[in-house]
Amino acid sequence: MEWGAVWLTMRLALIVTMILFALGLPLAYWLAMTRWRGRFLVEAVVALPLVLPPTVLGFYLLVAMGPHGPLGLVANRLFGIRLPFTFTGILIGAVLFNLPFAVRPFAAAFAGMDRKLIEASWCLGVSRFETFCRITLPLCWPGILTGLILTFAHTVGEFGVVLMVGGNIPGVTRTLSISIYDSVQGLDYASAGQTASVLLAFSFIVLCVTQWLGQRGVAT
Amino acid sequence: MTTDLVARFQKRFVRSATIDIDFVQSTTGFSVTALIGPSGCGKTTMLRCLAGLTRPDQGTIQFRGRTWFDSTTKTELSPQQRDIGFLFQDYALFPHLTVEENIGFGLRHLTDAERRSRVTEILKQFDLKGLERRLPRQLSGGQQQRVALGRVLVRKPKLLLLDEPLSALDALLREQLRGELRQILADFGTPVILITHDRVEAISLADRVAVMSAGRIEQIGTIQEVFTRPSNASLARLVGVETVAPGEIVDTREGLATVSVGSASVLAVAPSTQTRLVHVCIKGEDVSLCRELTGPTTVRNQLPAIIKSLTPEGPLVRVVLDCGFELTSLITRPASDDLQLHVGKCVTAMIKAPAIHLIPRSV
Repeated sequence: MEWGAVWLTMRLALIVTMILFALGLPLAYWLAMTRWRGRFLVEAVVALPLVLPPTVLGFYLLVAMGPHGPLGLVANRLFGIRLPFTFTGILIGAVLFNLPFAVRPFAAAFAGMDRKLIEASWCLGVSRFETFCRITLPLCWPGILTGLILTFAHTVGEFGVVLMVGGNIPGVTRTLSISIYDSVQGLDYASAGQTASVLLAFSFIVLCVTQWLGQRGVAT
Repeated sequence: MTTDLVARFQKRFVRSATIDIDFVQSTTGFSVTALIGPSGCGKTTMLRCLAGLTRPDQGTIQFRGRTWFDSTTKTELSPQQRDIGFLFQDYALFPHLTVEENIGFGLRHLTDAERRSRVTEILKQFDLKGLERRLPRQLSGGQQQRVALGRVLVRKPKLLLLDEPLSALDALLREQLRGELRQILADFGTPVILITHDRVEAISLADRVAVMSAGRIEQIGTIQEVFTRPSNASLARLVGVETVAPGEIVDTREGLATVSVGSASVLAVAPSTQTRLVHVCIKGEDVSLCRELTGPTTVRNQLPAIIKSLTPEGPLVRVVLDCGFELTSLITRPASDDLQLHVGKCVTAMIKAPAIHLIPRSV
């Protein structure tokens, strides 16, 4: 086991989860509440990473992050940094790739809520934001937590996008799944097997927790 | 003018009739206006537009001189800014909050002490003491209704909008709460607009009735006006009761009540609740007419009457009579011809006691 890769992977997954909590909640709320006819376009874009091969997304990201790509230019001008083969680069890739894993459970939870409760709160003089905090969030928390856990777990297992955008630099972009790939390439099956079994156990526990939360969400 | 609610607006729908509202209500002091009409006629949409939950396409809504909505100036106050109370049909209690938290939900702007005293007052008034820590799903239907009403009234809104306040309750409880509800609302003194599709509910709760049909308010007036003088035949069918007159029970014996109504007196089945003041409701088809009495009959009420008007309505004739109070009879056209009815003629109106429906009323 490479402890550097464990630490890097955890850090990546945690930051991605926090970013998607902040970005995904308003996006999901808007998707669940809007009556705009073009909503399906946004929904399709959000769901794209579910069907797109990670290498395809990784390829486009790599081009965009290059010295002449839009992302690369912006990052260079504003912050004076370059993105390919850096931690920031794989962070951006992971956020985009995990969008559906956060937004879809959030939006499903919001859409499943009784809209009358929100309206009742408004009619009691409580502002939209306060209604969101006092009514919507507490009633939707199982769905929101499910989204966060799925995002975290999926980032831990992410391989294609990270490899395309970040390569395999120890301590910078070498996550757990890449270290497995690397070990196998070097015919070090013992190390690969150890890391793989840890990831298998982790994924299984995560799915048990989300299923259990799903049951609770239905029960209450 | 400045003390009124003035609403004139339209809302178009793709699949159903356009809602076209022209509605004025005085908002000084306590009054209850009931919107009645068949389902899908736009009652709920009208109420939601008044609350700010649905945006009309065109028009204006003004309340006590303040503009709530104006499509020309693009003014629209949010529900929060309108200072209204809205009671949802299924109450919309917050399932994760206790009774106490539900009632105090809209009082965040007050100090803790003030909020607590207002909530305690409501708990006492609505007979919810001891249930403070219960969740809504641990309450009975009637208790849920009182919590929902308390949650709305604790904020002392300037206008109360109730969407079928009693429809979620079972029949027995509904009957019991009808009278109570009017009393509770009167205690708060807030003007009320409520939706109902039940005419008994309208008669027992409201002072004024607006009959809606296909998106429009077809007629608006006091209970007596709307029920006894519907402006056209289709409204008459809609309201379904031709005679509604205030009466007073003077004697009850063996389940039968003697009711004085106008200068006449009728015998009817006594209402199940203890009450003295009632609305006497009689359907037009239950009133038969004859020229003179021929002998003993099973009909208990035989009232001498003078015909005030005759209006043909298809195969029927609507006969308005004066028999000490205004009574309407629906008879067939051949029957009217046989009796040679004309305005001013004296006849005897006959009503079986079970056909007279007494609905309790409060002052």
